[in-house]
Formats: sequence, C-alpha cells, structure tokens
Amino acid sequence: MSCTRRTVLASALALPAFVHARAEAAHVVVVGGGFGGATAARYLCLRAPGVRVTLVEPAERFHTCPFSNLYLAGLRTWDSIGHGYAGLRAAGVEVVHARAEDVNTAARTLRLSSGQTLRWDRLVLSPGVDMRWNALEGYDEAAAKRAPHAWKAGPQTLLLRRQLEAMPDGGRFVMAIPDNPFRCPPGPYERAAMVAHYLKRHKPRSKVLLLDAKDSFSKQALFQQGWKALYGDMIEWVKQSDDGQVLRVDAARLEVETAFGTRHKADVLNVIPPQKAGFIAERAGVTDASGWVPVKAESFESRRVAGIYALGDATIAAPIPKSGFAANTQGKVAAAAIAADLLGQTAPTASYANTCYSLIGPGYGISVAGVYRAEGGKLVEPAGSGGVSPLDGNADYRAAEARYGEAWYAAISADIWDR
Amino acid sequence: MSSAFPLNRFALALLLAPLAAGAQLRVQDASVLAGTCVNCHGPEGRSTGAIPSLRGHTAGYLLQRLRAFRAGQAPDATVMTRLMKGYDDAQVEALAQWFADQEGR
Repeated sequence: MSCTRRTVLASALALPAFVHARAEAAHVVVVGGGFGGATAARYLCLRAPGVRVTLVEPAERFHTCPFSNLYLAGLRTWDSIGHGYAGLRAAGVEVVHARAEDVNTAARTLRLSSGQTLRWDRLVLSPGVDMRWNALEGYDEAAAKRAPHAWKAGPQTLLLRRQLEAMPDGGRFVMAIPDNPFRCPPGPYERAAMVAHYLKRHKPRSKVLLLDAKDSFSKQALFQQGWKALYGDMIEWVKQSDDGQVLRVDAARLEVETAFGTRHKADVLNVIPPQKAGFIAERAGVTDASGWVPVKAESFESRRVAGIYALGDATIAAPIPKSGFAANTQGKVAAAAIAADLLGQTAPTASYANTCYSLIGPGYGISVAGVYRAEGGKLVEPAGSGGVSPLDGNADYRAAEARYGEAWYAAISADIWDR
Repeated sequence: MSSAFPLNRFALALLLAPLAAGAQLRVQDASVLAGTCVNCHGPEGRSTGAIPSLRGHTAGYLLQRLRAFRAGQAPDATVMTRLMKGYDDAQVEALAQWFADQEGR
C-alpha cells in the first residue's frame, strides 16, 4: 500500500504521470517513531503521495521525553505524554512495530527483530540516543535498574518516579549530568526543578544535588533565578571545576565518586550518562568516531552513505540543539528533500528552528529559541536571531511561557501523532 | 479511510498556491518555512491551545504582526521576537501569504 491509494486526486494533480510512475515504485523506510522519524514519515506522505512509506518503531505507544519531567513532578499523567500511531496509519504510513536490527547498505535492506527484511530506496534513521554504558565506571545497564537515567521516556521514568515516592523526607536526590553533547541540554535542569516541586510539596526537608561535568549550561541564569525564587536553597548545583564531574557510580550503594575522589551518597540516584547515536546508526555505518552521525546541512542526508538520512538527537547538527522541536523541523526538511529527489524536482531551501520551553514550577516557564539555515554546507544561525527569555521578565512573562509550553506540546503532538 | 483529507490539502496547497506577483520564494520553500510554525500554532495553523491560530487572517494582518515581532514592537510577544529576527523580508512575506492562502482551501 502506498500513500497514494486514497489520494488519487491529489497525486494525479501534483505529479506528471511519468514521474508519478517512477515515484510510486519508491519505498522510504523510516526507523524511529519519535519527533524526527514520525514527522518525516507523515510529511513524506503529504509531499510525495505516490511514495510508499514504512515507519519502524518498537513501541505501540510512544512516550515523549519532553514533559516526562512534568510526570516526575506529578503535574502530568503518564498517559498524557503517550502517543499512538493510528493517526500516522490513517495518513497512509505503514507502521511496523519491531526493532531495527541491521542495515545492508549495498543491498539496501533493513532487517527487523520480527525476522522481516525491508527493502528501501531511501532510509531515514531517527534512532535517538543510546547510553554509553561503562563510560562512567560502574554504570551499566544493570546499574540503571537501581540508579535510573530516565533519559529515555519509558520504564526508566516510571522507576525514577517510584523511587521519588519511596524517598524519605529529608533525603537527598542526586543527579549526575554529562558533558556536551547530550540529548536535551536544558533537560537535567528542568528535571531538578520538577523534582524540587514534588519534594517541596511532599518531602520539604529534602535536597537536590546536581553534579555536573560542565561549568555552564543551557538557560543557566534563568534556571538559577527560578530555582531560587521557587525552591530557595533546595537545589545545589556543583560545576565541573568545583569537583562536580562524576567518574564512578556504585549503584548498589547509591553512591557516586567525582574526579577529585569526593563520594556522594544518595537516597535517589539519577545518573544521566554520556550518550551516542542509537545503535542502528552504527550498524548502517553512518556514525563517525564521535559516535554521532555527520549529516549534510541542507538535507540531513548522511555524509557517509548516500540515500540514508539521519534526524534528531543522533546527528551532529550544532548549533541546532538535540531537541524534539529541532528533530521535527529536520524531519520536515528531509521529507521535502527526499520527495524532491524521488520526483526529480529541486529540493526546497532548508530552514530549521528550535523552541524549547522548560517549566520551573506551575505558572513559571522559560524558553530558548533559535532559527537555523544551511550556508556553504554548514548550519548557521542568522545574526541577531534566537536567544533565551529575558532575565528581567516579569511574572506575566513567566506565566505566559508556562502556558505556551503546554500549548506547544499539544500542537507538536497533533502535528506528529494527531494528538 | 477518513484522513485522505489532509493529504489532499497539503498536496493541493503546493500545487495551487498562487505565486503572488513579486513573491521571491518558491511555494515549496514557503511550505518548508511554514512547517516550523505549526509546531506551536497547530496543524495547518489551527490552534490546539493557548497559542493563537494562524488561520483566518489576511496576509496583510499576518505580515504586520510578523514585522512587529521582528522589530521588537510587540509588547505581548515572547519567543516570536527572537524567532522572527531569523527571517528576511522575502521569507516573512512568504509566510504571511502561505497562511492567508490556507483559508478556503
């Protein structure tokens, strides 16, 4: 089944017959049903109604990392951050719930955990991140069951919430935060605020200790201002040069050790380890020595393997941050580029953006925004554009950005998954 | 299946959008620019929450708002002031036209 079956009118109008015939044979396989992949699949169907589009995603219900910190705070239900694939199916995307296990770039095939092999003309990889197990000594998959990363929304997030609920009042929540690049640069600091929100209400004598492998972070001044305003001294941030960098994790003892040998004992230990592109990107041969995927600025096609595109957190796209919003705009550009390629047209000019809201407490939101374009093979920000919320923003401004954050989540969820 | 509708809309929008006299952007380029807007303003520019719709306005009104954001002359604005500074005159005009043209389609 192709996207075109139920859109005969649109495709007949949109494409000259000879191009149509060629495009109809084309099969685009998209791996990963998150912000990048699901967007690419949907917009491929919209832009190239004759093309067959298959989306490969293990989860029948995809829970988003954005807003999972609000779930930890008790401000959102788990169900409210989950999305199914009925909308994408209705839009003409074939959705296969399986894991992508291997790519053969010569034969142009993708092997799935179900045993099925898909042949592709173009392959889009939006696999998110994988944890670098043992990059922090002692922190492996087994350790994550005791000291969760909760940096992929799912069982890890639920585990961390249960641990928070079981934590005694007066206890200590310790978070280890990695150096750049990693998924969602403001995420750890929003999580600190959301955990503090929960603790302030239920366990007000508790502390939040942030051990950071960096000396600065996204929206730093705004976060620190907000933490202070809403939570007083509950949150303590230790930067790298003040011995904040965690090198070893003893999950059994809920203890971490820093570069200078300081040991910190936790009641709840949240370790966000260094990361790399999702496993399938490596299998496809599109990653470089850094573990991430270099891409062409104008299309997000791999720089290493023609015909394979990569999106989102897995890619090297600085100055574009690893965010869901950015992955969505990359998905739209890649879909347009692939559609144009398959239809023998000129690709549209690439344009990317990011708007990332962080919630510090109910009615208190902050944001960072950016616009990006491809120039001479590089991703650049137009001079004078983008930036963070004003530090002197008043309560109305913070309240508006909290409302807009909620509205953004509803809008982008509808754009990608229909709700 | 019922959702052939949005497919038709998008493909037809690309095909039928008038390339207004003086427009400097191809409609395909405008469609990519507009793709970003719906992330907050809702699919096809129809609001799903506290962020206003882009539907139901004239190109003139949208252009006036977008220019005010870019000039920092919209006191009620938050991220739009920062975002619009990333787009040039032709892009801003194309965006205003794109969402005005969605109406009635």
